[in-house]
Amino acid sequence: MTTTMDQRTGEVTYLEAISQALDEEMTRDERVFLMGEDIGTYGGAFKITEGFLQKYGEWRVLDTPLAESGFVGAAIGAAMMGLRPVVEMQFADFISCAFDQITEVAAKNHYRWGAAVPLVIRAPFGGGVHGGPFHSECPEGWFFHSPGLKLVAPSTPYDAKGLLKAAIRDPNPVIYFEHKFLYRRIKAVLPQEDYIVPIGKADVKRTGTDISVVTYGAMVHLALEAAQVLAQEGIDIEVVDLRTLIPLDKETIYASVRKTSKAIMLHEDNKTGGIGAEIAALLAEECFDCLDGPIVRIAAPDTPVPFSTPLEEFFLPKTSDIVSAARKLAAY
Amino acid sequence: MSALPNEQTLAVVEGHAGVLNGPLALEVVMDVAVSAQEIKRADLLQMYYYLRLTRTLEDRVTALYRQGRIVGGCYTSHGMEAIAVGYASALERDDVIAPFHRDMGAFLVRGITPGEVLAQYLGKRTGPTNGKDGNVHMGDLKRGIIGFVSHLADNLPVATGAALAFKIRGERRVVFTGTGDGGTSRGDFHEAMNFAAVRKLPVVIFCNNNQYAYSTPVRYQMAITDVVERAKAYGMPGEIVDGNDVAAVYLASKRAIARARDGGGPTFLEFKTMRMHGHSEHDPAKYVPRELLEEWKKKDPILKAEHLLTQLGYGDEAAFREAGERAKKEVEAGLDFAERSPLPEGPEALEGVFAERADSE
Repeated sequence: MTTTMDQRTGEVTYLEAISQALDEEMTRDERVFLMGEDIGTYGGAFKITEGFLQKYGEWRVLDTPLAESGFVGAAIGAAMMGLRPVVEMQFADFISCAFDQITEVAAKNHYRWGAAVPLVIRAPFGGGVHGGPFHSECPEGWFFHSPGLKLVAPSTPYDAKGLLKAAIRDPNPVIYFEHKFLYRRIKAVLPQEDYIVPIGKADVKRTGTDISVVTYGAMVHLALEAAQVLAQEGIDIEVVDLRTLIPLDKETIYASVRKTSKAIMLHEDNKTGGIGAEIAALLAEECFDCLDGPIVRIAAPDTPVPFSTPLEEFFLPKTSDIVSAARKLAAY
Repeated sequence: MSALPNEQTLAVVEGHAGVLNGPLALEVVMDVAVSAQEIKRADLLQMYYYLRLTRTLEDRVTALYRQGRIVGGCYTSHGMEAIAVGYASALERDDVIAPFHRDMGAFLVRGITPGEVLAQYLGKRTGPTNGKDGNVHMGDLKRGIIGFVSHLADNLPVATGAALAFKIRGERRVVFTGTGDGGTSRGDFHEAMNFAAVRKLPVVIFCNNNQYAYSTPVRYQMAITDVVERAKAYGMPGEIVDGNDVAAVYLASKRAIARARDGGGPTFLEFKTMRMHGHSEHDPAKYVPRELLEEWKKKDPILKAEHLLTQLGYGDEAAFREAGERAKKEVEAGLDFAERSPLPEGPEALEGVFAERADSE
């Protein structure tokens, strides 16, 4: 196996954390196997599975035909027969080809006839990488509305490793949204021992008293940056990292907003019908009496992800958007 | 069934037409069609019983639908019973099926009872889905049945994955799956055929070619006459089989299953038949020419089986009548069970979205 762990600091990247989780789970449990396009000989488009073919052989690291619906369907069948498939979408955008298998077969099997589908679909998502409309999408909103699926979206190497292990050990279909922008940009020292990050638990990445920013994925880092700027102005931001999108950790969100009385929803997905809209509705239903200002959403506009640099920069939420929204909200 | 003692065997008439060699060969086996093959007498008689049981059960379902006692869809295999009965009888207990919506006989052969089927149709808690789903959308992994999804051909990739699991674990188990002529237009059909062939998976994929997908005839579904031609494109052997002849279906399935079990990879079987009822029981199917139905009525799978059994000296009118009465009793007892079963309570709708643990744990 290749490891690019920083020998001096012991830090690993977000990408290496994902790779480690897969490697350790495959060693721990021989039922775990991988399927996807170019994951074997080539080691995956992002090299997450580099060296896996040599280590685990061609029947545990399967290069599939270019057919997302076909191999997700196959993974569902293998999962029902007792294996633990982890499927790689080369880019999350291509998950649309497997939409039917995910939402109609994987999501409904247990509800309909009691068949558990312990399946993980890794979906490298998100923009900021000059990928254009077909290599930058945030498709989590489509699946957020599909009962029977669990959705996770880690923002740190620690969470990336722990959530992937938890997803592999979960008896349900889990879509694991890994943010491409974070792959090689963030590093951390991880525990030596086996650990998981439980599915369904949000994490307060920064505690604060004035405004709650509820977010996930790469946007967590923007929220933390904005919080530093705002701290200098005396505005104390709390950053709630959802980590799991389904099942949503409502208690952590409510507890934060009951404390701060103000809430900003921040995500990279399109604004309309996004996860922020649902959380805003929940807050209106459950925390109305403790709100001291309007619920604010910061999200990408309702367009496909554009390619050209100025267009993409305009499209993606920025730290300055959070700062200015927080200033306005703080004035209430 | 293969566990039954080896007694009298059946060697049926007529033969293969044109067996080609090589990996792309299509074994074309038309009409009655079994040459130098053997079926045990008890197996054939049991298949005959399942034909009668399927017909009796589905006729009961149709009657209940017309009385307004069954709501929703009602998809029968009327006139096509030989396919599911034949292939399911050719499998071993540890094998797995992923049937489509005209495979009632396969559910019965694998042990789903008429009572459970009727409870399912009536939305009762005692049906295989506890009222969560209706009619033929039944599955039970303990009986090796992957539940049907309305999206035709969706379960074909799923079936290849089950076969992949068997291959990875080195188990000598086979998966049998299929769809209708219309279902072969779906991308999932082609993705499954291709993956099965590429990885030489132990799966048999069939097409129930009953000539109509709802109201659309095969000529508007594809530009070929025989669906089996699709197999060639994937480097998979294929065979045309008389879908109304339970012996032919059984023997062709046996051959394909043996190939899969021995590591020879997938086979495609085209079962030629005719849909004798509407798509669902609400549909009078006026778009089907009456003459076509009259012609196929003469090829009814139960009549064919009786003809064969008589020819072989395995059964007579009295035996056929007795089987019919036994089937009727079983179905009526099932209906009694289903009707006495409780309906689920409304809030049970909230249960079971997520699994607490996997079935294999």
